[in-house]
Amino acid sequence: MEKRYYQPEVETASREQIRKWQSERLVKQVKHAWDNVPYYRKKMEEKGVTPDDIKSVDDLHKLPFITKADLRDAYPYGLVGKPLSECVRIHSTSGTTGKRVMAFYTQHDVDLWEDCCARAIVAAGGTKEDVCHVSYGYGLFTGGAGLHGGSHKVGCLTLPMSSGNTDRQLQFMTDLGSTILCCTPSYAAYLAESIKERGIKDQIKLKAGIFGAEAWSEEMRRDIEQQLGIRAYDIYGLTEISGPGVSFECEAQTGMHVNEDHFIAEIIDPETGEVLPEGSKGELVFSCITKEAFPLLRYRTRDICVLNSEPCPCGRTHIKMSKPMGRSDDMLIIRGVNVFPSQIETVLLEQGYQANYQIIVDRVNNSDTFEVMVEMTPENFSDSLAKIAEMEKSLVSALKAMLGIAAKVKLVAPKSITRSEGKAVRVIDKRKI
Amino acid sequence: MIYQISVFLENRAGQLAEITGLLAKNNVNIRAISIAEASDYGVLRMIVDDAEHASAILLENGNVLSMTPVSVVAVPDRPAGLADVLAVLADAKVDIEYMYSILAHGNETAYMVFRVSDDEKFANAINGKGLRIAEKAELGLK
Ligand SMILES: [Zn+2]
Repeated sequence: MEKRYYQPEVETASREQIRKWQSERLVKQVKHAWDNVPYYRKKMEEKGVTPDDIKSVDDLHKLPFITKADLRDAYPYGLVGKPLSECVRIHSTSGTTGKRVMAFYTQHDVDLWEDCCARAIVAAGGTKEDVCHVSYGYGLFTGGAGLHGGSHKVGCLTLPMSSGNTDRQLQFMTDLGSTILCCTPSYAAYLAESIKERGIKDQIKLKAGIFGAEAWSEEMRRDIEQQLGIRAYDIYGLTEISGPGVSFECEAQTGMHVNEDHFIAEIIDPETGEVLPEGSKGELVFSCITKEAFPLLRYRTRDICVLNSEPCPCGRTHIKMSKPMGRSDDMLIIRGVNVFPSQIETVLLEQGYQANYQIIVDRVNNSDTFEVMVEMTPENFSDSLAKIAEMEKSLVSALKAMLGIAAKVKLVAPKSITRSEGKAVRVIDKRKI
Repeated sequence: MIYQISVFLENRAGQLAEITGLLAKNNVNIRAISIAEASDYGVLRMIVDDAEHASAILLENGNVLSMTPVSVVAVPDRPAGLADVLAVLADAKVDIEYMYSILAHGNETAYMVFRVSDDEKFANAINGKGLRIAEKAELGLK
């Protein structure tokens, strides 16, 4: 297969070159934040760091973190690094948890962000011949604007559909022959279902989808790919850092390449803040090294990931991040091991169980007990106790392989795991620490 | 073919009473029952007069179950009646996964429910030795 890139000289640059760009840009960015963002300068001073201490990427760990709490404290202008006269756009999160996040962009910021999205579209096979159907929400949400801008840069015929109105979505999709679909994975699954119901699969010309802004499983990817007859690519981003396109999947579909010429990724221990070696699982931290208006450094995403810089068959040299495995807020420490409920969910789905489970952690004789209650499913049930025991054993070993520690599994009847106000209680931690 | 209803039992007091109560309320007659238990869960195995109706009710009420084909053998109700049947199966090398008895209607015959590794081998072994596989009607099953 022919290798195609939007910016080949950047996307396939040597690791040394990427590191050189990162060091130069980081030094410059730290100076910019020190000079223009009093809030961050104060944080640096509190930590006893000045721009002179930052000479290369190796010094990154000396800088203070920025957390969601900082964004709240500094709301709305406290972290803006350019006069508002230089800013041309804002985007904002929905603000479902606490105060909303508001991010600012200069024209330069918008350009670089759109480049990142264009890289994702080309990685998904996009060219100027394509019809790019953008069904992410337009507006304050970054999804619509990001992919829209990226699609323009690639030169696709861009359909600014926004979300909702399925009838209109499908009519445009069939009338104009959309070839690339950009939306959330759940909306893609919904559209796939609607296409099937209406029996119009033969009128659909889609070849690829770029789906993000939500957690989705490998199983869901296979379902969408099969139902729509496409390749489905993941894309990652967050409003604070710019929006979609911070990282994106290539044809290898084994992690998302971080656009490292714009964002430096680190993995830290969420408890101690210590930087962990590559390959470790921990909290993802991003430093924006090219953004002018919202120059966040060492921003803690709360997403738990693994980074991998091994060469990718696609030819891109930028480091890959795994799909987020959970939120650091949800992390449990059991027998000294970090455990994320979402990892358990992944194993359950792989083993044919429902994602309805409950974790019960307790401490007995100074040692943690760890039990996972799992609902029996018709698929895994058998009239033979031996077969049930076999399935249970395979679940126990899959959990051990995923988590690194052993859990006791307790099989319970379906729908027996307590739900309060419709939302299941996933973790019961009885330890008195 | 006679189907056994196999229901998942979690290790919880009252679940068995709930299931039998539910079937009683819906006029399902349980003809045979057996429970296999592991430490944390179990499997309830039942032969009922109307398996289809019973399974629909149990499913509606959120149970996990499966319909398992089983064979019921008419066992002469005399000393060594069962021993003879088992000897026949041992000779024919039929593996028995589990077995339990079913309430008999008459006085001459007892009935045993068998779940075996190979149904055809089982049927051949039984029929060849003057024993017989029971029909639904004589067991009062629909
Ligand atoms: Zn790649």
